[in-house]
Amino acid sequence: MPSSLVDGNSLLAVDIGAANTRAVLFDVVEGEYRFVVSGSAPSTAEAPYKDVSEGARQAIISLQTILGKTLIDGTGNLITPSQANGSGVDALVVTMSAGPTIRAVVVGLLSEVSIESARRLTESTYARIVETIGMNDRRKPEQQIDAVLRVRPDLIVIAGGTDGGASRSIKKLLEPIGLASFLMPEEKRPAVLFAGNEKLSDDVKNLVGSLAPLLHFSPNVRPSLETEDLEPAQRELAHMIVAIRKNQNKGMELLDQWSGGHILPTAYATGRMVRFLAKVYAAKKGILSVDIGASAAIISAGFRSKSTLNVYPQFGLGENLAGLLNFTSLEDILRWSPLDISSGVLRDYLYQKSLYPSTIAATKEDLAMAHSVVRQALYLAMQSARRDFPRNVAHIKPNLTPLFEPILAGGGALSDASRPGQGLLLLLDSLQPVGVTTVILDQNNLLPLLGAAASQNNILPVQVLESGAFLSVGTVVSPVASANYGTPILRGKLTYENGTEARVELKYGSLETLPLPSGEMGKLTVQCLHGADIGFGPGRAPREGFNVSGGALGVVFDGRGRPLDLPSDAVRRRELIKKWNWTIGGE
Amino acid sequence: MQAPVNHIVGLTSIVRERLLPVSGTVLVRLNQKVGSNEVIAETNWSHEHVLLDVARTLRVSPAAADRLIKLKVDDRVLAKTEIAVGSGLFPRIVTAPRDGRVVAVGGGQVLIEVGETKLELRAGIPGTIVEVIPNRGAVIQTAGALIQGVWGNGRIDSGMLVNIAEKPDGVLAANRLDVSLRGSILLAGMVKDAETLKAAAELPVRGLILSSLYPSLIPMAREMRFPIMVTEGFGPLPMNSAAYRLLSTNAKRDVTVNAEVYDRYSGARPEVIIQLPVSSDPPSLREVEEFAPGLQVRMRRPPSMGMIGTITAVPRGLTILPSGLRAPAAEVKLENGDAVIVPLVNLEVVG
Repeated sequence: MPSSLVDGNSLLAVDIGAANTRAVLFDVVEGEYRFVVSGSAPSTAEAPYKDVSEGARQAIISLQTILGKTLIDGTGNLITPSQANGSGVDALVVTMSAGPTIRAVVVGLLSEVSIESARRLTESTYARIVETIGMNDRRKPEQQIDAVLRVRPDLIVIAGGTDGGASRSIKKLLEPIGLASFLMPEEKRPAVLFAGNEKLSDDVKNLVGSLAPLLHFSPNVRPSLETEDLEPAQRELAHMIVAIRKNQNKGMELLDQWSGGHILPTAYATGRMVRFLAKVYAAKKGILSVDIGASAAIISAGFRSKSTLNVYPQFGLGENLAGLLNFTSLEDILRWSPLDISSGVLRDYLYQKSLYPSTIAATKEDLAMAHSVVRQALYLAMQSARRDFPRNVAHIKPNLTPLFEPILAGGGALSDASRPGQGLLLLLDSLQPVGVTTVILDQNNLLPLLGAAASQNNILPVQVLESGAFLSVGTVVSPVASANYGTPILRGKLTYENGTEARVELKYGSLETLPLPSGEMGKLTVQCLHGADIGFGPGRAPREGFNVSGGALGVVFDGRGRPLDLPSDAVRRRELIKKWNWTIGGE
Repeated sequence: MQAPVNHIVGLTSIVRERLLPVSGTVLVRLNQKVGSNEVIAETNWSHEHVLLDVARTLRVSPAAADRLIKLKVDDRVLAKTEIAVGSGLFPRIVTAPRDGRVVAVGGGQVLIEVGETKLELRAGIPGTIVEVIPNRGAVIQTAGALIQGVWGNGRIDSGMLVNIAEKPDGVLAANRLDVSLRGSILLAGMVKDAETLKAAAELPVRGLILSSLYPSLIPMAREMRFPIMVTEGFGPLPMNSAAYRLLSTNAKRDVTVNAEVYDRYSGARPEVIIQLPVSSDPPSLREVEEFAPGLQVRMRRPPSMGMIGTITAVPRGLTILPSGLRAPAAEVKLENGDAVIVPLVNLEVVG
């Protein structure tokens, strides 16, 4: 019997988002860990509170009201461990994404090698790269100093030099960094992570050690030219981010105390969970997790050989929203809208929403804009993240999304979708999965919390994942085909467990569904027409069929083509989007 | 549920901390009365540096170069000042390329701060210094009306408030700005075009209090040398009735527009302060409220965006909104008599 089950420890997990703070209780029910209940409250990272513990306390109070059990005592403190009278919990873990985007300077030798690794490392957390300094930088050292001073970084990530390799060039790059730190007021000096040639640790300590409020070392992200190993550095960076947040927000100390130091950035906790799932479950296909909320869009992909974690604050739906227009156009956002909305109205929406990130869409027009923005932001995030996927992953065409099984989706924006169909269509449009994949909605945003819980209790995440706490939307079949609109590209026969059958003919440009309830399995036999490919080769599919799992929407066939090419005629496009919404139960 | 508060108050006690971004000299003392434009602290600030590699130029070791360098940290240098001289019959000489101040010496190098400018911190509000923060600034207290906005261009100024917005949804056009408005702070409506901002700059005005600004004008508004405060946001938005009423009834008074850049983490917000004579300290502001019947609120999203109303009920549980989303909501009676249901997250308390 697993040790954690002997004790049956209850675990409270708190996620502090930019807009909302959620408290989730996991406990043993009938011998296995289950997600029991959750509560939420507005986050309090911002003024006037400037204290994240207040939002956490309110979220726990909201949870205890539903639970009917006391978790917070009369003095406002968390009761740990659980008491004989039933009050309290045994442990607490915290994940956090709230807080201003961390401004990072990346330092490395070669742009294609160490700088690229440092970039990938930095993009695995809630940071925005505001300056890059490398060996081929033609600026004078004083210009580099001034550039660093101008961007006022919170964090400097230094990589470079293979183990046992270059050291002189790195030392030269450290000089302007050290001088810039020296020139900053002590309380504003950036934290420094060195993830380069390990032999240089002493030099780094000498050059920047006394100037950095936090100096961390991690194993080299580029131990050799051919090898990249980000994982240990990501772990170190995660701890640094928590330390930076502790300096920024007074409530962090209390949460640190309550949780015994078990605080992780939400994105890192998600990445950890995806890495774990990839190790346990990934076969030929990868595992994909997407999360989009006020603070960032997070794409985490797990493959057998490697996992990637990309955090894009620039595609978050909160205070950075107006900045989305630096990466896309109003027209590209509006192409997703089922309603006729002018670009001026959308522009005003983006700016206004960035003033009030926690507000929600109360009208249909507002929701259409909100969902169009989510689609485009997630689409951009996915396109960016794909650059970092390993080259040898399973795919149908290299320019398309690789094959994934399953796709897990969470975050405030997706849990806001009032119907599973809305959420699914949003994911199909933005991620454009190919082949056969199961789509799972993490409506309670449990994935990062399970990633954080894993450090306290390694059996809990596995049991909760398998307990049905996530909403299976169903199996999606997305053929890659080239055909005229309305041409049949796939015929399918779904055989249910009781032997009954249902059939579908999928025409190019359309969506179809076959019902298959959650928890049930079926056998799908398909005939791919016109060279349509669902991952078994053009026009091919296993003659004996393959198993598919059910979900809220059953089996969904997406025949709209990959990449999804929306009609340029706005009226026709909007009609089609409405039709698609109707087909898969969005509205 | 706790509610965000936007201050639109006729009379209150206002306390503001004003700090330099870096260490400097504080020019005021405790209990001193200050005007809003008064400089309360100052420092010298430089964004440019010159790094002189003396060792390399003189072709000596860093340690040898350190011995040859004639300057020490904090020394002021003029352009062409000798910094180090090599040895030999025709010694190489390292000179300062520009006027500046030595900020670091070592490793055979000298780092000089050049292009220094004076940074002055103004009081921002007229009032009394109630605390001096050594080397950084002061805390100032005053009594008066306070109207907070949602966007500011980072400037600050004071002057007489002139109301040229006949109604809350007025549009400020360039042809409305004539010479009689020079040096005034204008209560205007929304600004839709660049010509209006240019005309305001040419007069010049001392400040603009706008209901809204078109997003395309944001970069230009940031460049304006006078303060611009926006009360509602971006696009065609009328001013909320509470702000319009309070500002328009204070026309012809001296007001301060501190159009601070909104920082949700520090709590800095753009605001208009109208100092008023009082015999005793008025009540302080409440920064946090709980949503409850009777509270005056403003809608932050459509429908009814910007309108003011009063909460009549806060039903338990979730309400299904016209968008289809479910959220905790409140029943609100708007000033025009309409009753609406608004998600709590779309409301802010006005007071």
